[in-house]
Order: sequence, then C-alpha cells, then structure tokens
Amino acid sequence: MNKSPSKKEVKISELNSITIRFAGDSGDGIQLVGHQFANATAIAGNDLSTLPDYPSEVRSPAGSLGGVSGFQISFGDESVKTPGTKPNVLIVMNPAALAVNIKNVDKGSVIIANSDAFNQGALEKAGYSSNPLEDGTLANYRVLPVPVNTLTENTLKDSGLTRSQILKCKNFYMLGIMYWMYGLPLEPTVNWIKIKFKKTPELAKANQLVLAAGSAYSEATEMFDARFQIKKSPVAPGNYRNLTGNEAAAYALITAAKLLKRKLFYGSYPITPATEILQTLAKHRANDVVVFQTEDEIAAICASIGASFAGCLAATGTSGPGLSLKTEAMGLAVITELPLVIVNVQRGGPSTGLPTKTEQSDLLQSVYGRHGESPLVVLAASSPADCFTTTLEAARIAVKYMTPVIVLSNAYLSNGSEPFRIPKLKELPKFDVPRLPEPGQFKPYMRNPETLARPWAYAGLKGYEHRIGGLEKSDGDGAVSHDPENHELMSKLRAEKIARVAADIPPTKVYGALEGDLLVVGWGSTFGAITQAVNEARRTGLQVSSAHVKYMNPLPPDLGTVMRRFRKILVPEENFGQFRMMLRAAYALEPIGLNKVQGQALNSDEILVKIKEILRGS
Amino acid sequence: MENTKLTARDFAPSQPVKWCPGCGDFAILAQVHKTMAAMGLPHEKYVVVSGIGCSSRFPYYVNTYGVHSIHGRAPAVASGIKLSNPELSVWVVTGDGDGLSIGGNHMLHAIRRNIGLKILLFNNRIYAMTKGQASPTTQLGTKTKTTPMGTIDYPFNPARFAIGLDCTFVARGLDTDMALTSRILERAAGHKGTAFVEIFQKCLPFSEKEFDDLKDPQKKDDLTIKVEHGKPLIFGKNRNKGIVFRNFRSEIVEFEAGSIPAEVAVYDETNAEMAYLISGFQAPEFPIPFGVFRASEKPSYEELYYNQVAAVGDTKGNELETLLSGPDAWEVK
Ligand SMILES: Cc1ncc(C[n+]2csc(CCOP(=O)(O)OP(=O)(O)O)c2C)c(N)n1
Repeated sequence: MNKSPSKKEVKISELNSITIRFAGDSGDGIQLVGHQFANATAIAGNDLSTLPDYPSEVRSPAGSLGGVSGFQISFGDESVKTPGTKPNVLIVMNPAALAVNIKNVDKGSVIIANSDAFNQGALEKAGYSSNPLEDGTLANYRVLPVPVNTLTENTLKDSGLTRSQILKCKNFYMLGIMYWMYGLPLEPTVNWIKIKFKKTPELAKANQLVLAAGSAYSEATEMFDARFQIKKSPVAPGNYRNLTGNEAAAYALITAAKLLKRKLFYGSYPITPATEILQTLAKHRANDVVVFQTEDEIAAICASIGASFAGCLAATGTSGPGLSLKTEAMGLAVITELPLVIVNVQRGGPSTGLPTKTEQSDLLQSVYGRHGESPLVVLAASSPADCFTTTLEAARIAVKYMTPVIVLSNAYLSNGSEPFRIPKLKELPKFDVPRLPEPGQFKPYMRNPETLARPWAYAGLKGYEHRIGGLEKSDGDGAVSHDPENHELMSKLRAEKIARVAADIPPTKVYGALEGDLLVVGWGSTFGAITQAVNEARRTGLQVSSAHVKYMNPLPPDLGTVMRRFRKILVPEENFGQFRMMLRAAYALEPIGLNKVQGQALNSDEILVKIKEILRGS
Repeated sequence: MENTKLTARDFAPSQPVKWCPGCGDFAILAQVHKTMAAMGLPHEKYVVVSGIGCSSRFPYYVNTYGVHSIHGRAPAVASGIKLSNPELSVWVVTGDGDGLSIGGNHMLHAIRRNIGLKILLFNNRIYAMTKGQASPTTQLGTKTKTTPMGTIDYPFNPARFAIGLDCTFVARGLDTDMALTSRILERAAGHKGTAFVEIFQKCLPFSEKEFDDLKDPQKKDDLTIKVEHGKPLIFGKNRNKGIVFRNFRSEIVEFEAGSIPAEVAVYDETNAEMAYLISGFQAPEFPIPFGVFRASEKPSYEELYYNQVAAVGDTKGNELETLLSGPDAWEVK
C-alpha cells in the first residue's frame, strides 16, 4: 500500500467482504458510478454481486424521495453470494437519498454525504426540518460530510466548462473517494471515460481530473482515517467480464445459435425488467442474429414460432404480464413440437404489480399455466452469470427434445451483475441437431426412440414439405386427426417426451452433509441468500444443508430421495409457496415455507433466522 | 438442377378438402394452386400460414410447407418466417374475423412494415367456423346469432383499411370471378412488399345471399366496376357510366356508350389518393370496385433489415469469444 502523506496514520483493515450503497437523485449518475465501481472491484480480483435499484416511474422531480436511485454492491472473497442485506457504507448525494436509505443502515456504519447538497430546499423536499448531518440525528453513525460540489467546482474552475457541466462530473469525485478507500485502481474507469467521451475530449478530461481529485483528496484529508483491503477471491484463471443477468441471457442465445450453426431469431416486446435482453441483442443484429421488435407479446412469440419453423434457433423474452399474453401461443409451440426458448424475467405481480421489483411468483404460471395438457420444460437461473448457463441449457434442451423451454429469471438477476468467466468454445456443450431421416422416410410426427423428439424439418428444405398447426395430429404421419384414442396417445407422448428430459438432469448437489436435521431447498434467484445463510448456520454448528433446483419441470429424478434424508425441509421463496406446493404434490412431503412477497429479494439474515427457529424448535 | 415445371396439381393436397360443398373457398384454393405453379419456385420455397376459421384450414390443402396457427396471429407467424428466410414465398390466408378482429393489430403492423407477405383475406362478412356470429365486416343492421336485432357496429372495409395504411399492394377479388382472382393473385405473387388481397367469399350456411347481387347477370354490371391501371373508370351494362373525381369527390357521369368524356378518370394504381377514393365506394350510391387498387414500390422490411446488417458487415465468422469479451473484459492469470 502507498504510504499516506497525511499526518494521521491510516489504518488498513482487511475484510472478507463489504457492502456499499451509492444513492442519489436519478440524475446523479448513480447507476453509472455503481457499474464503474463494480468493474473496478472485479478487475481487482474480488467476487461481487450488485443490485441496481431505481425508481419505477418516469423521472420524479429532482431531489424528491420518489426520485432516489440506488446501486448496492457487495464485494470481497468467495463468500460473496448476494448484493448484501444492509450496506456497511452508504454514499448519499442528497438529503432524499439519505432519508430513503437510512432505515436500512445499521448504527455504527459509515455514511458519506455530499454536504453541499444539504441545503434548505433539498432538506425540505426530503422531509427534514433541520440538517441531519449537523443536528445530531446521525450521532450513532460515522458520518463523513464531503462538500463534493465545491470540490468539483474547484477542480474544474479553469476547465472552461459551464457550471452545470462541471456539476455533472461530481459523481466521479465521489467515485474517486471510494477508489481510494478500497485501494482500487483508477485505470479501468479512466479507460472507460476515454472511450465514452471520445467525441467530447473536454468532458473526458474533466471527468478524469475529477476522479483523480477525489482520490487525492481522500489521501490528503485527515477525515478518512481508514481504508480497507478486501480479501480477494481465488478465481479461476481466464477472461472475465461483468455481466447482468439480462446480458448473460442475451449472450447465451447468440452462443447457442453459433453452436447450433443456425440463425438466432429473437422476437420480443419491451417490458421491464426483460427489455435489456432485447436491447443487448439489438446491438448484435447481424446476418445470423435476427432481432424483431414486434407490436406485442403475442406477435413476439408467434414470430419466433414462425422462425423456428423456418429453421432458426428461436427465442422470445418477457416478464409476467407478457408471459400471460404468450400463453396461447405456447400451446401452439407445444403441439407443433418446435424448439423455442422463452425467457421470463419475473417481477412483482399480479397485473402491473411492482413492475421494477423482483419476485418469484410466476412459477406455477410457467409450469402449469396453459390450456389443455400442455407440458413444457421450465428451468430457473440462480445468479446473473448463471442466466448464461441456464439459457444455453434451455436452448440445448429445446433443440434436442423439440419443445418450448421457459427460463425463469427475475428482476434481481436481470439487473444484478457479477463477474462472468468467458467460456472457451470447447468448454461449451455440444449442440447437435438430431439428423433428419431421408425425405422418403420422413413423417412430421415420427419420433426419435430415445428422446421422443420429432424431426426438425424446416421450411425451405427440399423434400420435407409438410404442414403443422394447432389441430391435433395423428401419431407419426401428422395428418389432422380427431380420433379420441389418438388424442390421448399424442397427449401422453408429449408428456412422456418432457418427462424424458429428466435423463439430462445432473445429480442434485447437496451443500453440506447428505443427511441431517434440515435441508434448505431453493430454486432460482434465492441461491445466493440461501448459500450465505446456510454457511453462516453451519459456522454456528447447526446441522443444515442446502440443495438448489434449476430444473423446475421436470424435477430432478433424485430430488425426492435427497429430501427424504433430512428430517425437515425448508423452502424459502419469493411467493406464497408455489414450489412448496409442487414438492408436496410430487413427493407427498410437507416442507416448511419461508415466504416473502415484498418486491424484495429474500436475504440471508431472514433465512438464517428461520433456520435457527426451525432447529431450535426441533 | 432438374427443374421440371410444376403444375397446379402438384400443389393439390393428398387429403380430402373439408369445406361445405359450394363454399367459395374451393375456387380460391384452385386459383392459389395455379398461381404457385405459375410463379415457378420449387415446392419447398412456399409456406402457407393461417390463423383460425374455415378459410384458415387452407394450409392443409396446399402441398407445400404450412402452418395452421392460432386465431388472428397468422401475420405474426408469417413475419417470423419471412424475416428468417426472405427467399421463401410466404402466403397468409385469413378471414374477416381472424384478420380484422382478433388479429387486427398484427394485420396493421404487417402492413405498416411492408413485410413481404401475400395476405389473402377471405371476406364472407360472418364468422363461419363458429357458426354465424357478426364479424367486423358484417354490414350494419344485419341480423346474426349474436345480433338478433341487427348489428350496430360499423363494418370495416378491408381494402380501404389496407389502403389507409399505405399498403403497397391492395386488391379486391370475388370468389366466383376466376379470371379476376387469377389476375390479382398473379400480380400479388410478384409483388415485393406486403400484398393485401381481399376476396369476397360466399359462405353457404351463413352468408349465402351476401354477394348475390354482385353476381347476378342482370345487375352486376351496374353494381360493380373493375379498375385497371391506365384504363378509364367505366361501368354499366351498356358501358355508359363513368367515374369523375371533382373537388376530391367522386361522381358518376352518364354518357353515350362508346364516347367516353375526357373528364372520366383514367385509373392510376400508383396514385394513393385515387385508390383511397375508389376503395370507399359503397353500393348503392356507387358501384363496388374490384381489381388492383394500389400497386407501388417501396423497400420491404426484410430488405431493409438485411441491408442494414450487410452495412455492418458479415459477422457469421466472428469468434464467439471475441463477441462475448466485449470491450471491458479483463484477464485473471
Ligand atoms: C382465441 C380464440 N378465440 C375464439 C376462437 C373461436 N373462433 C374460431 S374461428 C372464429 C371466427 C373466424 O371467423 P372468420 O375469420 O371470419 O373466418 P371464417 O370461418 O368465416 O372463414 C372464432 C371466433 C378461437 N379459435 N380462438
């Protein structure tokens, strides 16, 4: 570490992990600063997990409580599995940001405030009658007021920029302070600034100056008497990149299509929090990536079904309300037995519900929410980077079994980010399209004896002309059939085909002992919180293990056996017990539920409390 | 490659066609087989996509690739196919209920994009498959099973709907007029963007009388007018009536047969305003128009799409790792 020139001795403490939260007005560039900080920590070798949190409505008035934007990041060694529950350090750019976030910060934590923003008007807008930085209300916190506006203006007084241009740079001043505190390198952000402001060199220069000034100020001032060194996580060598869950899903789709050597077709209609998949793919439009923004969700899935019939790897993405609209067409994809990936980034419902907040409450809709006997495959991603793995797996299954596959993500995963190790081509799964029979032998509904998949003969291919559609088809030859026995047979075949996907499901991993008092069974985005809670519980000597389910339909074949080795089962989920109900139905077990429907992720503390409650009670 | 010329029979189905005997759909089906054979593409390049309804059984009756999809969504399914593979000749068959009621939104947007689909909207002014309810083209006051006192919703005029959307090809045909339907389909087949063809189609059980007057040899010449590019707009049993456009209004003038006055409009299918005026003709004030109302050129959606990506350059060969890395990757040794 650099020797500090300050008079006071700077204490460097080593921590396993830390959680910090940037908060400010929507216009303060909080998300940008958060992402830069996340990248810097990642490059420094930390494990991390982030949670952007911005207001749902169209921009609220500046300085208002409704307009506060936040970005939380937890970083450190490999114990980091979630963006953290409560921040150890809260950075506030204005009084509203303080008012909104203070209730979630423990006494004794650090609050860094842009003191220049705590003026009469701003305080009133935030509902303060006096200045909390000065009136003693924050006496139990370590408050570090920094006049960021003034310092930024001083730094840039000779820049020739206008006052409003100068003040736009203040977020980088704060970022510079944070880089110093955590001993993080400035270079990645400097490089980013150079690219971002290539067309406006004066702004590039200003932002760099401000960033460096923030860091230098911390070095020089006596106020910051502590800096922290975060333990690094032992990461596998390779190329890394910080990806959000939505970006990861988008890249997985491109990857899957490349492995398949087919075009990717993505039909979608914007909806929070799924839109970034569409936007990310739109940037990669090319001959082999077709992105189609349709008039609504129904058109999106229908166009994708058409594309699948034309031989593309087809996908569509949406969130809860959009998934409902796609329902009828999903039935068409089931009966036509075409491969299709459907990403559902869940949010709070019903209806518009909490459109920017996270939930896990579309599970039953995804598994059962169609008319008729209409089985399809459902997978759930467990972390932002796992959205890549899971979406890729969904595509592989869709093609191998000729079926639609739903990928469940949610707002927590789609906006959150973590380091993603860029896979090498040879590490990726094989994508073999089952071979077509000779045209003379071809029948649209003949089946592969092992997978029961029908052949994927696609429009344009000579010799395989055939017609498919929503009407029931006769087994094998695919002629329209109203024969009652045939309908039952076809319904059974479609169900059996999905059941056979179980053959592809790897054995369930149990984290901890293979038997004991309690097994915490999770699915999807609660992975991080459950793992952290179980870790914590085991450290205190409790006999608890966990297992996390990705394959929601069909369920892992060994799941029942795994669960029966434990006396009790706890299922934490962000709904009123949807997975618990599925487990009860499938295994006649009585799991205990931990349920939260608040538009917020379950956190490890809540799970830990429940674990203790169950084990104490037993 | 051996390319034996296909005939209409090559497109005929191997399974029996199940429409009510006497349904107008049979005649249209025969014309489509003929048109496809004449278009000269190999079998596998055709795709017929439909929604739900009697007419939407169509794909099963054309020996090519086909999708019988869900109610109203054929234009969306077809758009996905066309955009995936612009080499395919993609035909949409839909009904007045399917295409303009439940599927109105998709119809609207397919036309807006000028995507290369040949959309055949069979207009029998009734929901036939569900057995006789009012459709969006049922004429005002008509008594149906759901409107026992007569409809009070104003009906759509499908051709005018398409022209109002600046559709690049709009025509109207009649199931019993083979020559006309054949001519229209042939031109639709050759059109680059969206071709929208409305075909009046008799439904025997539920709208049998709907178009009778237009077919009655005694009345039809006075009740209908055929528009043809470059030809004067004349009609009548004695070819002694003409259409004049004055002050943005249409008027009928009568003249002595054989001496068409100069003021009678010569039809111009590239003129959107003329197409709009013609498409609004309602009986009995005006003769019902048939023929190609509008034919104009504009880049198609798929053309714009692939031109745009061509400008970026071919990315097929790009290394996956390069793509995944993006600009801000870092290496851990
Ligand atoms: C979602 C949905 N709603 C309703 C129906 C019932 N339905 C089937 S066909 C049809 C009307 C079709 O009318 P039209 O498009 O005029 O076709 P026609 O049968 O007259 O050829 C309706 C309402 C359906 N199949 N699906």
